[in-house]
Amino acid sequence: MAQMNMKEAIRDAMRVELNRDPGVLIFGEDVGNVGGVFRVTEGLQKEFGEDRVFDTPLAESAIGGLAFGLGVQGFRPIAEIQFVGFIFEALDQIVVQAARLRWRSGGRFNAPVVFRTPFGGGVKAAELHTDSLEGLIAQSPGIKVVIPSNPYDAKGLLIASIRDNDPVFFMEHLNLYHAFRAEVPEGEYTVELGKANVVREGSDVSIITYGLMVHTATKAAEQLEKDGIKAEIIDLRTVSPIDIDTIVASVKKTNRAIVVQEAQKSSGVAAEVIAQINEKAILHLEAPVLRVAGPDTIYPFAQIEDTWIPTPARVIAAVKKVMEF
Amino acid sequence: MTKVPYEVYTEDVEALSVLSPDGEVINKDKMPALTDDQLKELMYRMVFTRTWDDRAVNLGRQGRLGFYAPVSGQEATMIGSEFALQKEDFVCPGYRDIPQLVWHGLPLYQAFLYSRGHQHGGQIPEGVNVLMPQIIIGAQILHATGIAMGFKLKKQQNVAITYTGDGGSSEGDFYEGLNFAGRFKLPVIFFVQNNGYAITTPFAKQTAAKSIAHKAVAAGIPGIKIDGMDVFAVISAVQEAAERARKGEGATLIEAVTYRFRPHSLSDDASKYRSKEEEGQWNEKDPIARLAKYLEKKGLWTEEDTLRVREEAKATVNEQIKKAEQTEKMTVPGLIDSMFEVTPKHLEEQKADFE
Ligand SMILES: Cc1ncc(C[n+]2csc(CCOP(=O)(O)OP(=O)(O)O)c2C)c(N)n1
Repeated sequence: MAQMNMKEAIRDAMRVELNRDPGVLIFGEDVGNVGGVFRVTEGLQKEFGEDRVFDTPLAESAIGGLAFGLGVQGFRPIAEIQFVGFIFEALDQIVVQAARLRWRSGGRFNAPVVFRTPFGGGVKAAELHTDSLEGLIAQSPGIKVVIPSNPYDAKGLLIASIRDNDPVFFMEHLNLYHAFRAEVPEGEYTVELGKANVVREGSDVSIITYGLMVHTATKAAEQLEKDGIKAEIIDLRTVSPIDIDTIVASVKKTNRAIVVQEAQKSSGVAAEVIAQINEKAILHLEAPVLRVAGPDTIYPFAQIEDTWIPTPARVIAAVKKVMEF
Repeated sequence: MTKVPYEVYTEDVEALSVLSPDGEVINKDKMPALTDDQLKELMYRMVFTRTWDDRAVNLGRQGRLGFYAPVSGQEATMIGSEFALQKEDFVCPGYRDIPQLVWHGLPLYQAFLYSRGHQHGGQIPEGVNVLMPQIIIGAQILHATGIAMGFKLKKQQNVAITYTGDGGSSEGDFYEGLNFAGRFKLPVIFFVQNNGYAITTPFAKQTAAKSIAHKAVAAGIPGIKIDGMDVFAVISAVQEAAERARKGEGATLIEAVTYRFRPHSLSDDASKYRSKEEEGQWNEKDPIARLAKYLEKKGLWTEEDTLRVREEAKATVNEQIKKAEQTEKMTVPGLIDSMFEVTPKHLEEQKADFE
């Protein structure tokens, strides 16, 4: 097995699928010649040619529509939106056109497309490069939203997304691209979409989270363990659909839960997780489920993002609150 | 008989040029009428901006600035176009167009604050008619059409100018803005700085159109192409467009062919997509050297003047970056309070997490 960081794992997933299926195409702004602003697709154009890996003019709506049209034609496009804030320019194509195609055409057409986009803060990027917009996409029916937290999952989830016959919105946390290396199998394997992962077992409280916050939660759990609190951590991996069964099984065991997300607090993924816990496991709860999230402000300019983004200390405070309820 | 245009419109358009590379006026009709003092002021601003850009790149490397897009090479387009306007005219910039904002009245330390990710950087002083730098490519083009309609409705004889790059001319917003400006005959100038690249994507991969100026045809507005390394061509074109706009004759698209000597941003390596030869060829067209030759021949500028302005610019940049660094830091409670006129209850509660 090879050691890869998340960026290399994502690239490897695309290489595997480009090799396997001639219908797989990669395009977006600057993805071809130099491999994108983060060099995620570096080398793929050289390897697979300009017909399969190519730069587009600077126009997100057209990139989204191109993916849609190629999907109709039976291709499996992977369209890169350079940074998450630019999806708004393409939102009609993503959440209206692609996400509704199967339903609108009564199954005649489908959009087996993947929209890849970097997101997430903590790297002092410019405005609009970092927002956590997964809740926005997750609220749109007809599209899956995938957020890996480590290299192994990233490769397996991306291969599964490319093979999925419905549109997938695949979000890559900027702060995880180079964060660490891990064992990643060579060749093909998939990680099932819609299936959460229990990354740490515990008996006292469930911490449900995803993406970079898995690592923040892990730091908090290590600290809590010293205080005698055993936290179980669930990495959602897919925030739409949410794997409620794994969550319920955990809550039945721990009877307490918090949800951690980097995105703003209101109306997002955390709110959805808590609503589903209420629906399916309320009688197992010993305390209300709390959220640790960004406040409901515009994603802050770089200067205060470190205070704004949830910290292990805030996670610990929330856990203590539900323990003491 | 109507002619059906089955052919692609491939006729090239010639770029307007006023000053030759060796500093001679080669197009007297288009030479803007500038006093000696104005000429010296123009040169001052260009040299000052070049020095500030050099310093900003270093400050960026030292971690004292955040996001910064270099401007060297584009002084003629940026400074010339702003120079041709009046103070009441409105500037709607892209992320790279910081010099226009500063020369239109934004204090330099605020430009630094903006780069450092401080909210106060975007707090434009009263009476300065500029918008904050725009990150979303093309959005500002539509804002300019709205601002221009405001001038028109208020019967104010002012213009809005908006900037984007060759890449930006591919966005839907660009076409929508041009079309609205044509349809409503708005006093707006669309100024495209075609520096040959959109991050790494060369012009040839951006569009099959012969020029960006051609794109005006579909919107029913005039489009011209100019030499963007020639500051007189820039001033002449913008003055003419502004005059037409002030007279109620509507919008103009100006494509200025220019070059940025440095990479797209501080985190980018230009050697991956452009050649040393190409960079060398453009260096020879340096807009500052070209203007200097003209001014030196007229006895208005010397090498010493350049050195003096450089020193002055360095001192100013040092003082302004210090001022930015000494500005009180933002806080999350402060951020929460700046969201709405009256902070709603749930946000008041959220402050507790940060106190
Ligand atoms: C809507 C949108 N898409 C993508 C980007 C990312 N991006 C920033 S600059 C740039 C290239 C812009 O090129 P051009 O318009 O030619 O301007 P230049 O930087 O060359 O002056 C891209 C793709 C963005 N900021 N906004």
